[in-house]
Amino acid sequence: MTVEALEADRGQAGKIRSRWSPYVSTVRYLVLFALACFFLMPVYVMVVTALKDSVEVSVPGMWELPQRLSLESFQAAWDKPAIRRGFVNSVLLAVPASLISSMLGAANGFVLAKWRFPGANIVFPLILFGMFIPYQAVLIPLTRFMTDLNLRGGNDPTGGLFGLTLIHIIYGLPITTLIFRSYFAGISDEIIESSQVDGAGMLRTFFFVALPVAPPAFGVSMIWQFTSVWNDFLFGFVMTSTQGWPITIGLNNIANVQTIPFNEAMASALLASLPTLLVYVVLGRFFMRGLMAGALKG
Amino acid sequence: MRRIRSWWPGFVLVLPTLVLLGIFVYGFLGWNIRVSFTNWRGFTQTNGFVGWRNYAELGENEVWWRDVRHLLVFTLVFVAGSLLFGFVMALLLEKGVRGENAFRSIYLFPMAISFIATAIVWRWLLDNGTGLNTAGINKLFAYLGLGFLRSDWHKSDSGWAIAAVALPAGWALSGYVMALFLAGMRGVSDDLREAARIDGAREPQVFWHVVRPMLWPVVMSAVVILAHISLKTFDLIYALDLKSPKIETPALYMWFQTFQGNFYARGAAVATLLLLSVAVFIVPYIWYSVRTERRR
Repeated sequence: MTVEALEADRGQAGKIRSRWSPYVSTVRYLVLFALACFFLMPVYVMVVTALKDSVEVSVPGMWELPQRLSLESFQAAWDKPAIRRGFVNSVLLAVPASLISSMLGAANGFVLAKWRFPGANIVFPLILFGMFIPYQAVLIPLTRFMTDLNLRGGNDPTGGLFGLTLIHIIYGLPITTLIFRSYFAGISDEIIESSQVDGAGMLRTFFFVALPVAPPAFGVSMIWQFTSVWNDFLFGFVMTSTQGWPITIGLNNIANVQTIPFNEAMASALLASLPTLLVYVVLGRFFMRGLMAGALKG
Repeated sequence: MRRIRSWWPGFVLVLPTLVLLGIFVYGFLGWNIRVSFTNWRGFTQTNGFVGWRNYAELGENEVWWRDVRHLLVFTLVFVAGSLLFGFVMALLLEKGVRGENAFRSIYLFPMAISFIATAIVWRWLLDNGTGLNTAGINKLFAYLGLGFLRSDWHKSDSGWAIAAVALPAGWALSGYVMALFLAGMRGVSDDLREAARIDGAREPQVFWHVVRPMLWPVVMSAVVILAHISLKTFDLIYALDLKSPKIETPALYMWFQTFQGNFYARGAAVATLLLLSVAVFIVPYIWYSVRTERRR
């Protein structure tokens, strides 16, 4: 399954037009539009509510437009340590985790696609399985192991953030390996082999032949990893203490306080979603490819 | 082509990953299974072997069976709903409509948002206030004259409250299913469709006899991915309504038992059962995917 197939524009040639087709087309657009409204509904509530001031905001009035625009809720959300520090923590977490995981994934993907060793056919499915495991099934050993290494929560000067980065690098390896393996598999063997005829070893072939053509795969892999790390909750929850909280933990904690004003909750949720949304809007095509890779080969 | 290279540098390059995943995936899974056969209860680890006792206790535990039932209802509604919505969206977009990119992006963007943020918005959309306090989707129903559709959603007492969680979950993932279906539909070659048309097939027949049979692998992928997400889902339910027994599933039960009750062995048993239920369909799926790829 490829994204090219998805993006291919299907022509209208050969279609027999029946007299019903104008109605069919109208209904089609109506349904598409209704669905779009359904998907945008939460965004509407988030934005509209976040723009209201504390006097105007109310839960029953969530569908009403703000009478006067106010940014006070964003200010209030950003002033909360859980959000501001969480945001910074998440950046410090997600950027290195996605970079390092992608680099290791590139090496693995290259080897598994183009420089196979005996047993590579067994190793690859074993790596893939790591992508699908319920993380609950590693949680108890993981917390013990990281506690013993002094990399968890309070014992660690970064509040567990460093250990959490390692965890995301490791559990990201299956998907990054898969993305790069699929990508390199699509590159002709001749390029690799001609470089060998020139006497280049594996590392040189990897660095000077494979990597220069791999930026698209890097895009897919980085975005996928960045999104999953940014949005992770479970690992951050067990690994970090207050000062190391990623934004999802901070967001959850402040939103669970009954007294938080509705507009501040929405503003916080918006702030927490901004980076991944931005990535999606700007680099949506890469995002899509990551999704397709995540489904293996259908 | 002459093979002049040696394989070992490749192996060395992959070795760090193999060691890390060997420990963090397989080592930890094994360690967790071992814990599930011990009497570890309380903050300090104990390794007394108790055989299947933790599993037997789960079997007699009403809360566990309630949570299993919740999970089954949630999985069923979420998978079926997302498949249906995803399929319809793909079908509507397949022929190419004006603004396709915009529609596609709108349907898919929830994938980029965390389950925590999703849950925080949806907990207000699924508000169950009545009278003047009517809010969220119930209020929309009232605006549209559909007030009789009002529901208590995930706060309902009916025992089906968990079905309401499929709404935010489906909101987050049906765009993904749409993308899978769309790629599958467009992967069917034009020549095949054209051949059917020349044989006199009308468009619905072309779809039914040519395109539909080729969509089974997509349905399989989508079901496997959605079902395994549904089994693991923790943060969405946790953030939607913290500690609500009405929507608790085994993934949350494991959490509360282990990290709040310190029943480590029991938590490990629950986690092992989760792992097994994911493995029953993920292992054949990976095996099938790798095999299909090798045949090409």
